[in-house]
Amino acid sequence: MNATRRQDIRRNIDWVTIGLYAVLVLVGWTAIYSANYDPAQSEIFKFNADHGRQIIWIGVCAFIALILLNTEGEFFIRFSVISYALVLILLVLVLLIGKKVGGARSWFGVGSFGIQPSEFAKTTATLMLAWYVAQAGSRFKALKTRLTAALIIAFPAGLILLQPDAGTVLVFAGLVFALYREGLSGNILLFGFGAIILAVVAILTGASTLDYPLLGEQSGIFALLLGLILLGGLLIFGVRGFTLPRYRPKNYRFVLAVLIASLGFSYAVNYGVESVLKPHQRERIYVLFGMNQNPDADYNIRHAKAAIGSGGWTGKGYLNGPMTRYDFVPEQHTDFIFCTIGEEWGFFGSFFVVALFVVLILRIIALAERQRSQFSRVYGYGVASILFMHLLINVGMVLGIAPVIGIPLPFFSYGGSSLMGFTILIMIMLRLDAERFSVFR
Amino acid sequence: MNLANRRYIISGIIVFFGIIFTVRLFSLQVSSDHWKAKAAELTEERVLIYPSRGLIYDREGELLVANRAIYDLMAVPRKVQPFDTVAFSQLLKMDIHDLEDALNKAKKYSRYKASVIRKQIDPEDFARIAEQLHKYPGFYGQARTVRSYRRGVGAHVLGDYAEAGPSDIQKYPYYQSGDYIGKGGVERTYEEDLRGRKGMRYVLVDVRNNVQESLSEGRFDTSAVQGADLTLTLDADLQAYAEKLMQNKLGSVVAIEPATGEILSLVSSPTFDPNLLVGGKRGTNYKALQQDSLKPLYNRAIQGQYRPGSIFKMVQSLIALQSEAISPATRIPCNRGIIGCHGSHSYDDLKGAIIHSCNPYFHQVMKRMVEPGKNSSRFEDAHAGLDNWNQRIRRFGFGTNLNTDIPNVKTGNVPDAAYYDAIYGEKRWAYSTIYSLSIGEGELLINPLQMANLAAIIANRGWYMPPHVIQSIGTDGKPLAFRQPQFTGVDPEHFEVVVNAMQKVVEQTGGTARRARIEGVEVCGKTGTVQNDPLPDHSVFIAFAPKDDPKIAVSVYVEYSGYGGTWAAPIASLLIEKYLNDSIADPSKEQRILEAEFRGI
Repeated sequence: MNATRRQDIRRNIDWVTIGLYAVLVLVGWTAIYSANYDPAQSEIFKFNADHGRQIIWIGVCAFIALILLNTEGEFFIRFSVISYALVLILLVLVLLIGKKVGGARSWFGVGSFGIQPSEFAKTTATLMLAWYVAQAGSRFKALKTRLTAALIIAFPAGLILLQPDAGTVLVFAGLVFALYREGLSGNILLFGFGAIILAVVAILTGASTLDYPLLGEQSGIFALLLGLILLGGLLIFGVRGFTLPRYRPKNYRFVLAVLIASLGFSYAVNYGVESVLKPHQRERIYVLFGMNQNPDADYNIRHAKAAIGSGGWTGKGYLNGPMTRYDFVPEQHTDFIFCTIGEEWGFFGSFFVVALFVVLILRIIALAERQRSQFSRVYGYGVASILFMHLLINVGMVLGIAPVIGIPLPFFSYGGSSLMGFTILIMIMLRLDAERFSVFR
Repeated sequence: MNLANRRYIISGIIVFFGIIFTVRLFSLQVSSDHWKAKAAELTEERVLIYPSRGLIYDREGELLVANRAIYDLMAVPRKVQPFDTVAFSQLLKMDIHDLEDALNKAKKYSRYKASVIRKQIDPEDFARIAEQLHKYPGFYGQARTVRSYRRGVGAHVLGDYAEAGPSDIQKYPYYQSGDYIGKGGVERTYEEDLRGRKGMRYVLVDVRNNVQESLSEGRFDTSAVQGADLTLTLDADLQAYAEKLMQNKLGSVVAIEPATGEILSLVSSPTFDPNLLVGGKRGTNYKALQQDSLKPLYNRAIQGQYRPGSIFKMVQSLIALQSEAISPATRIPCNRGIIGCHGSHSYDDLKGAIIHSCNPYFHQVMKRMVEPGKNSSRFEDAHAGLDNWNQRIRRFGFGTNLNTDIPNVKTGNVPDAAYYDAIYGEKRWAYSTIYSLSIGEGELLINPLQMANLAAIIANRGWYMPPHVIQSIGTDGKPLAFRQPQFTGVDPEHFEVVVNAMQKVVEQTGGTARRARIEGVEVCGKTGTVQNDPLPDHSVFIAFAPKDDPKIAVSVYVEYSGYGGTWAAPIASLLIEKYLNDSIADPSKEQRILEAEFRGI
């Protein structure tokens, strides 16, 4: 490695992303400071308090970033398989000897510090996926390759589901965007949206009872199933009326397949909610749809909404939010950290943070698109997908439009593993991007 | 399809959700105040600051009514954790069902706000409870101010200070559930002065309802204004002495300083120690007093309406003189055919008639006023005459509340023409129907305060100050209304004969009120004996002394005790002697009264 090349790398690093990253981390830290603010002990470098510990984590992350930016991109490519395997082992181990925190076995305890392998699994799975898709090249069109890619995602996701940590599993599902970019059928996304809508309707109808003729009072899910069958029937008549005879058999099969899949899916969702989910999980879903009967079930989300909603246009001022400061908001320095922004900085501040995230994600997509190597591009889309899913689930939750799923807001939520995970995720991308002119892979 | 274009689809999805979040943020934060109100409801609390209630002193500056602390046990249902109800009910000395009921009621009222679980726990009991209270989260003691009566006298004058009822709260928005309010006597009349003004502090609380800081640095806070202290015109020693004299008797004593209208003592017997109605035992004590057949809660001095009997003859004399129906020299035969009389006299002038309490004389006096023969029809004559008479009588304060500052006065009854029209029909009655009024009987009703005020009017020779118990409010002095003399319309010169007669009633050998005599003091008085068939008569006496520089005017009413001279007069005399001389020359006279007992049936 000669001096000229080093300079090239420095010049080619995307300082826009570094800047966005730095702003998010700093704003995040001020939010943690505010969430824990105690006028009697307002010291910033108070290392036995969360905001003080977060300073240590930020320092550690800056150090990690420096190392990663000075590491050959080739290393990450070679390292992907090994790191993937290593983290898988950790994920198995954490299930066996991990510390149970809040009902989930996801932590390795090291003194007062803990480490969460699932935070790193996101990076390693993305690296592995990028490596696999890149080396598969044009073979990606084959079903076998695609299934293998899906398995690469599903394997760590499955282990994390066992902890259980549903939120992180959903994040893994976001990697489908990266695969879509590489040629996965767009129908996958359409099916995804369709499934979400069908799931919502199934939950809503399943939670109500209807008075059926002859059958008496039964779950509303049967009305949905009946409706789907009727719709399917109509479509079949539609196919008969509007398509040429030679296309008809194919269309009949398609409609029939979708119908059967929809029926099965609706029933499965209903069964899952009613019989598989634990009562508190079911309650969270009902809260989201405003159907809960237990007045305490929506306590968290009600208080979160009150904190954000009371911010108005400009907020109550920094360190002046009584909802977040006086513990009305649960987990206010981790999962519900966004409430602090909403209450103290109001609509302008909240919009600014959301906009920062959107700009960062779009920037990473732009970086991914300018890569010559497929590895870098897949990896870039993976990073963007993961950030997007975190934003979607976390902010959606605190705004009361997604169910309560414990998942950190990147760079904001207190926690070393989370911040380190996202730092590694982004810095690897920046290093790969910086090498984009010198590498032909 | 070019795969590179898929970046726009993915970017579009991301931007789409960014917009959804923005819209959602806008609807939560900007488009409605719903969540602002919710947050304020959770984090802001108003803390009332109760000012201490004004103290009450007697005319000599002796402290009569002070404040002391008492505790209400409060609970915030949301913070109450499951606990051993049996142990807790034993600690509170409260029935377990009552405890559970109170808790359920509290839950129904609010899960977040405090409710009273047990009221009025005395400090000694609360100290015992407080030691254990940490075991019962969600419960705490709320200090309240209640009254402490240093002398235990004057219950009826001072009135009651107790928790405001639902009707008070509805009527006066100042009060809220659990607040206290003056319920009678001085406590009620001067409630607004005594209570001061509540202050309000707006604070921020944390999720455990602990106060954290002032809202907006206290910009919206208001400070409490202390209640004003009251000085009363009552003389605590005289009041105590009067209560002692009235022990074991039913009736009342009212003493007024004539020149000022200041009430020196006001006793309704039987009375009670006002301390009984304070603290944890209030409920049971109140019930016992309420159910007592002798009605100790009833203030006879202002609510007892009695026929005045012979003392009313002086009023008749005065208005007859003023209206020139008679002169002091007018003699009228004691014709006992129409109306009975007593004693040996046959043709008295006015002075003699008052001394002998001659009934036929006053029958004629009133007839001259009510039926003067101005109209050929005696019915119409009496109709006009009675209304004229009524107006003159009313100027003595009869039939009014005298504008006194003691609440709930019963005004008595001074009949007018309309009153008898309603009973007998128009032109169906004449003087012959209503002549009982002439000697203070019949439909005439007067309360003991009005009787004492009559003594004050005679002492003042024609006017009175509205009788009152307030000497000064805080540093403001006495309200103006009590410093404005009320004139009866009877000129001072007409009083000479009446006053002289009243002196003779007391001084003369054979006078009806010789028991009222005091060595070295010129006492003027008049007895009355109000018939009460078949029960013993009521004994009544009014007096003032000294004759030429009156310092005290008194009315004494003793129910079911017989002749006015026998019981009411000596009680008045002892009171006057005590007030003027500060000692009693003849202890046997005092002893006789203290040992007497009249309970009616």
